[in-house]
Amino acid sequence: MGDDTPYLFDPTHWSGPTGIPQLLLAHLGYTGVALLCGVAIALPVGLYIGHTGRGSFLAINAGNAGRSLPTLGLLMLMVTLMGLGFLPVLIALTVLVVPPILTSTYAGLRNVDRSAVDAAVGMGMRPWQVLWRVEVPMALPVVLGGLRSAALQVVATATVAASVGLSGLGRLLIDGLSVNDYGRVIAGAVVVAVLAIVLDLLLGLVQRYAVSPGVSGRGLGRRTGGPAAPASRVDPDRL
Amino acid sequence: MITFEHIRKQFPDGTVAVDDLDLQLPTGQITVFVGPSGCGKTTSLRMINRMVEPTSGRILVDGEDVLAQDPAVLRRGIGYVIQHAGLFPHRTVVDNVATVPHLLGRNRKERRRAAVELLERVGLPATFADRYPSQLSGGQQQRVGVARALAADPPVMLMDEPFSAVDPVVREQLQQEFLRLQSELGKTIALVTHDIDEAVKLGDTIAVFRAGGHLAQVGTPQELLEHPADDFVREFVGRDRGFRGLSFESAAALPVRPLSEAGPARLVLDDSGRPVCWEGAGVRGGSAPVGGTFTQHDSLRLVTDLALSSPVGTAVRVDGAGRADGLVPHHDLVDHLATRRAPA
Repeated sequence: MGDDTPYLFDPTHWSGPTGIPQLLLAHLGYTGVALLCGVAIALPVGLYIGHTGRGSFLAINAGNAGRSLPTLGLLMLMVTLMGLGFLPVLIALTVLVVPPILTSTYAGLRNVDRSAVDAAVGMGMRPWQVLWRVEVPMALPVVLGGLRSAALQVVATATVAASVGLSGLGRLLIDGLSVNDYGRVIAGAVVVAVLAIVLDLLLGLVQRYAVSPGVSGRGLGRRTGGPAAPASRVDPDRL
Repeated sequence: MITFEHIRKQFPDGTVAVDDLDLQLPTGQITVFVGPSGCGKTTSLRMINRMVEPTSGRILVDGEDVLAQDPAVLRRGIGYVIQHAGLFPHRTVVDNVATVPHLLGRNRKERRRAAVELLERVGLPATFADRYPSQLSGGQQQRVGVARALAADPPVMLMDEPFSAVDPVVREQLQQEFLRLQSELGKTIALVTHDIDEAVKLGDTIAVFRAGGHLAQVGTPQELLEHPADDFVREFVGRDRGFRGLSFESAAALPVRPLSEAGPARLVLDDSGRPVCWEGAGVRGGSAPVGGTFTQHDSLRLVTDLALSSPVGTAVRVDGAGRADGLVPHHDLVDHLATRRAPA
């Protein structure tokens, strides 16, 4: 194999413990676990704050503070405190994931039409039913939007795991840089970018099917028997 | 029957929204709470289903103290309609209507059947069942809101400015159909509005609130218009209350002239005797449409309006089949209005 074969097209790079599939799997693992932890923390807190309106300063400030923390710096601090391992990486990535999910969950719930909530309570829904049957479905586009942006950030940032000796696509970047193999660095960057795009498309698909057409407006007005809008324009209230 | 006993509501900031309210809302009737903004009418309404908790006093619905009941269970038994309908945008029309039956645990098929039936009852076609609220006009959404409130067939309905977010033409239709529906259903209804015309039109009883949460007057629309309790009520019911008061007086006792006494103008009839137009001297352009007619079951308000707007100053009375059977020139009407209260 000559040096002019691009890294990605060299079959020897697609097998073995340091092959791209293995690195990709590890990378996805870090991303997935960090996302799950972030959701487990941010979603309940965001739902509570959004539903009750209590502690909204927390949602806003935690969001801003979290955003301004450099992940690499935080990771080094954690490693200094706890030693090497997966836990410091997980903490650093979770800190990255929490703010966008928390802020979007809170904002999504706060923006739900108050008259729908008033009607829900007035018809006898209990607080839990108001939350799950009315507020969450109406806030879903915003909540999922936050999840998507969190996923994008963490999938790109999970490369830091390699800097503390773990696996993941960051290996291609770190190892490539250390031996001046820029082909490998570029390959790593490309795979991370493609992964980010694929992940975003998948989450977009989830969003498409999870959000009610009544909220997203998707597919409305194309029903058989003609669109709704022209029909109501003809005779708004005598139909 | 809904009874307020010494109800007082003071908000944490010290504002007294309702002060020592004693009021009874008769079963099967529409009681309208009306008053300027900040008078406590909406707060009073919302205390019935415990959306607002009173500071002191009791509210009884059919003899049972609402404060002794689980708020969620209480609310499922009381219909609730609000200004902008407050439909759930993520649910179809039929699922919106079936909200309370769903909460009550009725099965899906039964819920859907009942909901579609209700849609037709409020004047929406069954084909609307699977649409989403965003595909409906404001007036249609409000109809769905009313259907949703009726879904579990509650004996009591609370309506907070239900028709004020739609344009005047649609509002008029909704009000008419609401009255027709109520004549079939006979619910005990509390309705809040800031519009005295709506109150007069819809209310069997009107409770006029004044700022600070005091009742200024309670009575039938006619009592309010004819005998306002004080200057506040007089001011509130408006300057043309004399004219509006004519809505409550029947045209049955109004003397009519035979068709031959139409004066210089002539009323043209079709083959079956229905009025078509005015013709002859004094009619601009030689001919003008009649515009409208009344029967002896209509109100003096309509007759007055017809006489004033007629091209020849004469209202036309018709019988049940629409045939012209008498004329009321406006000077006769004025004489009748002047003497109608004089002892015979």
